[in-house]
Amino acid sequence: MHLSTNRLFNAMVGVVLLLAALIQLVPFYVAVTTAFKPIDDRSSQLVPPSALFFGNFLTALNQGNILRAVGNSVLITVISTVLVCLLGAMAAYPLARRLTSLNKTVSLVIVGLIMVPPLSILVPLYTMMNQLHAINSYWGEIAVMVTGHLPLAIFLYTAFMRSLPLSIEEAATVDGANTLQILFRIIFPVLKPVTATVIILSGVSIWNEFSLSGYLLAKPSVQTIAPAIGSFFSQQSSNLGAAAAASLIAVVPVLVAYLFLQKYFIKGMVAGAEK
Amino acid sequence: MAETLITKPSPLPATTPPHVARRRRRKGGLVNLLYMPALLLFAVFTVYPLINGVGLSFTNWDGYSPEKAMVGLANYTRLFSDDTFRMVLTNTVVYGLGSTLFQQVFGLGLAMALDRPLRGRNAARAVIYLPVLVSPVIMGTMYYLLFGYNNGAFNDVVTALGMDRVAWLSNSTAAIAIIVAVNTLQFVGISMIIYLAGLQSIPSEYYEASMLDGARGWKQFTNITLPLLQPAFATSIVLNLIGGLKLFDVIKVMTGGGPGYSTNSVSTLIGVVYFDNQSAGYASAMGVVLFLMIVLFTLVLNSLLNRHRLEA
Repeated sequence: MHLSTNRLFNAMVGVVLLLAALIQLVPFYVAVTTAFKPIDDRSSQLVPPSALFFGNFLTALNQGNILRAVGNSVLITVISTVLVCLLGAMAAYPLARRLTSLNKTVSLVIVGLIMVPPLSILVPLYTMMNQLHAINSYWGEIAVMVTGHLPLAIFLYTAFMRSLPLSIEEAATVDGANTLQILFRIIFPVLKPVTATVIILSGVSIWNEFSLSGYLLAKPSVQTIAPAIGSFFSQQSSNLGAAAAASLIAVVPVLVAYLFLQKYFIKGMVAGAEK
Repeated sequence: MAETLITKPSPLPATTPPHVARRRRRKGGLVNLLYMPALLLFAVFTVYPLINGVGLSFTNWDGYSPEKAMVGLANYTRLFSDDTFRMVLTNTVVYGLGSTLFQQVFGLGLAMALDRPLRGRNAARAVIYLPVLVSPVIMGTMYYLLFGYNNGAFNDVVTALGMDRVAWLSNSTAAIAIIVAVNTLQFVGISMIIYLAGLQSIPSEYYEASMLDGARGWKQFTNITLPLLQPAFATSIVLNLIGGLKLFDVIKVMTGGGPGYSTNSVSTLIGVVYFDNQSAGYASAMGVVLFLMIVLFTLVLNSLLNRHRLEA
């Protein structure tokens, strides 16, 4: 008796989970049906298309500047993420290994920087970037992205380095290695797990960034993918098929990465959140 | 350079001459050079703008002309008599608290469901988590396909049932609720994963022991699960609240802040006031208020949640 009520309860829980998963898939489903229907198809978006129509993807690629934007996003995301890892790991080393009161204060200030909302400094940041001729430049965007994602990276690297045993570094010191040798030959190679976390957190966030990138890179030739979708969508509000197609093109790289690296994505996000 | 690496603070012997001790300390500090590139970036791209923003908030600058005059606290007094800003500030709090509340309820519920040994739970977890990785701009675009007036999927259902089309997004109350719902659905995966990790760290012995004492179901939930999830609550709530108070992307895509100004958050309004209304000084004051608001909420919440943790 007890066993069967338990089984019934599990079945109910299973149904609830299935429902939750379906709800999450509804917007993707509607995006797919909309993207594959021509504009004069007045059938509901809930109904699958009768034949696959690729015109919307061509419109998105030709008019929406989507390929160019994907290229810009790849460039900016890769360079920024590499810099976040490198500068983050470097900065974390003294903060993990040299616990002076100065360095404790520095750590505290860096954690505090996580709280600064990007839009709260829009006016002074945009003004400064304008004076530096950094608006619509890759380097300006990269500098802002790296700065925005460094605090969390430093925090994660510091916590990880503190958990490493000191003895290897001490042995290397005795053998006459200097700080840079120790950092590059001993510390960096063992940082792989935390680096995976930092790459995932920063990479996804920089790829998806919209609020600042939309202002800093406004020219179509330098626009990144999220602002490109945003402006394409507002221009095409009557042509939802093309907007849906553009969204799908932008979402595919993230989906493919997620499919293959799902375990790391979820683990990495938990590690990032729990700090 | 070498001894800088031995980081256990080793007090120098009393016999060390002062100049040697000084040199050692200076050499020890060299390793700090490693964080200088990061600090330089923070100084230029975060701290300087932050300070400069406070300065600009006391001026009447329009954002482009070389002239600006000090106006003292005028921008701040204007903020609090400005009906639009008061409405937008309320929206921001609704976005923050609303998404936080729903994400905790659904996130914890889903985590408890996933904690049971069910077939297919890994697939369910992966799908529910999926939207976290998608740009909010894209999620907003996709949800617009559902809530649009003329060819939105929901209005197709509504008209098929013989009713009139619903203006989902041009009614500001409904639009705000929809934005909270979209933000909740997109990021509920984060809370779910945090709570799932928390649940899995509770030793099963606790439940077994309480079963012997006759505790079951709800009693176990309130006496074991909730108190032991305290750290997970703190993490998840603070994370969701900061995210909700900063909300920008979904609003821009789904309503553009409209109708009128009625669905803006402080973040989206800052851009409008700066670029469209050319009131850079006034927009800076809003930025300062937004920053202070997030600091205040975070500090209050942190102290509340941590005090609770000590009691538990």
